[in-house]
Amino acid sequence: MTMRIDLPEETIAGVLAKAFGNRSFLIGLAITLLVVAVALLSFVWTPYDVTRLVIADKTQAPSWAHWFGTDHFGRDILSMIMVGARNSIAVALVAVGIGMGIGVPLGAFAAARGGLADEALMRVNDLVFAFPALLSAIMITAIFGPGAVNAIIAIGIFNIPVFARVTRAGALAIWPREFILAARAAGKGMTRITAEHILPNITTLLLVQGTIQFALGILAEAGLSYVGLGAQPPMPSWGRMLFDAQTRMVTAPWMAIFPGMAIVITVLGLNLLGDGIADILDPKSRRRR
Amino acid sequence: MTAHLLKRLIIAALTLVLASIVVFAVMEILPGDPARLMLGMNASADQVEVLRNQMGLNAPLVLRYLHWAAGLLSLDFGRSYTYSVPVIDLVRERIAVSLPLALIALALSTIIAIPVGVFSASRQGRAGDTLAMGAAQLGVAVPNFWFALMLIYLFAVWLHLVPAGGFPGWSAGIWAALKSLLLPAVALALPQAAILARVARSALIEVLNEDYIRTARAKGLPYRAVLWRHALRNAMIPVLTILGLQFAFLLAGTIIIENVFYLPGLGRLIFQAITQRDLIVVESIVMLLVAAVILINLLVDFSYAIVDPRLRAIPGKVRSGFPSGIAPKQILRAVQRFRETRNRSRGRQ
Repeated sequence: MTMRIDLPEETIAGVLAKAFGNRSFLIGLAITLLVVAVALLSFVWTPYDVTRLVIADKTQAPSWAHWFGTDHFGRDILSMIMVGARNSIAVALVAVGIGMGIGVPLGAFAAARGGLADEALMRVNDLVFAFPALLSAIMITAIFGPGAVNAIIAIGIFNIPVFARVTRAGALAIWPREFILAARAAGKGMTRITAEHILPNITTLLLVQGTIQFALGILAEAGLSYVGLGAQPPMPSWGRMLFDAQTRMVTAPWMAIFPGMAIVITVLGLNLLGDGIADILDPKSRRRR
Repeated sequence: MTAHLLKRLIIAALTLVLASIVVFAVMEILPGDPARLMLGMNASADQVEVLRNQMGLNAPLVLRYLHWAAGLLSLDFGRSYTYSVPVIDLVRERIAVSLPLALIALALSTIIAIPVGVFSASRQGRAGDTLAMGAAQLGVAVPNFWFALMLIYLFAVWLHLVPAGGFPGWSAGIWAALKSLLLPAVALALPQAAILARVARSALIEVLNEDYIRTARAKGLPYRAVLWRHALRNAMIPVLTILGLQFAFLLAGTIIIENVFYLPGLGRLIFQAITQRDLIVVESIVMLLVAAVILINLLVDFSYAIVDPRLRAIPGKVRSGFPSGIAPKQILRAVQRFRETRNRSRGRQ
């Protein structure tokens, strides 16, 4: 990817103007904010208590009382989706944090150092990529047992090489530039150049990749919970709700339809947001997408 | 190019060895004594000790690894702790479900994605493109196991067209077997097709802006010929990269989808093995899938050279002997671009 350094005329006002003219950014941002708002709201208010089982109300079809119906324990699906959003966001967010926190320094170091360090890092990357994310998650949960924390670790580990690669590729494109030469001539060391010049110039790249990995994290968490390796009951999670729905497709299809739609909408919003950010901050990518 | 391919081959072999060490180490850390597991809780410590010696569990770590790795190379994975049959027999039976499933899904995804990508790229910015890419954007966001549930609801519960799950076995006739693989394959394929269509479209658009496309049009070639013959071939590298990654993803993806449809494939086997603590089966399947991923990536690397003759001319360092008219700088840029595309798409997966 050809790197574009922020031009002087790209002022904050200019970027904002472009942001408000970008459809996918606006829709993506709106959906993402909505999901986050719903997750936050669930801390103070949900239509029903998700920890209380009301067997008398079990598997009720959507109605005015229960907009999305109830599950096999009589819990309100809408309330569970709201609380489940917390879990999805938390898992994906921490997993992206792990990936960035370890991957970005590694990638930046490899790009700055080159040579053996670089080669070694890329080989370790190859190794991690050889394990499909789901497979490493299965191995990790086989060791430590299922649970939300282990799901985070599994997804986070897969994120590390992704961010290491992106950072390295981005940094390698910046290093040969004149202003880096100037910084070196001014006596700045490798660490300072990386922190003050390289990283600020690849934030766009990292932001876009971060959004993509966030979306993938939500999908991965749902998948792990669905096969019983993620969040454990009674903690509501979208993937787990789909697992419970699987055997009740004939009698209570709403148990599957609504949590799935929550996943699709959230991931769609994040992907649109990522595409939008890429369009706004890196005009060259507009042509590609 | 030979030097480059040789380097890829060595790296792939190295990765495979490292991966086997990782898998072996992980299985060593896992709690649970296979000998104790096989004999049951009532066995005496002496009996367990005898079996441990028989199974070679008391040998030094390095020796056990070498023994295991040598077994892998000759497809001798050892015996299952719970079923007491050779692991290879269990695996062979299950691969007969998982591999066809992944292959059908891959074929479906390609058949759908390439025409959609070409359609969109040739109508860039028009209503058809917007609609197709909107659908693709949606497809990327759909988790395949949820899509599978919806398919079951629509086609099996409502319309009774296909079975909702289960697998009659290949002995029940190819048609019956294929029929029960159809829904799972569609569920796996469509989200992947969405990703592939997006990649195909953006790769094509990039190529369509190149000078040689204008030249081809200028010399009077019809648009269709230029699109399908000249442009598509040049856009194949990113598409191939994604295809390779997708096959790996599909193989792993069967793990979840098999659980939705109750298909007796590798995915079901690995989950059973985990709950039964049949670790030798778990590590065999993991190694098998990892080896498949490494092999596919290697094949993709090799296929670049077939698709793009320019890359065949590239040794590790640029040397003389270029076809006239192609400056080394241009070639280097082509190589650079395909590496970047590959890295970027790896990030996306």
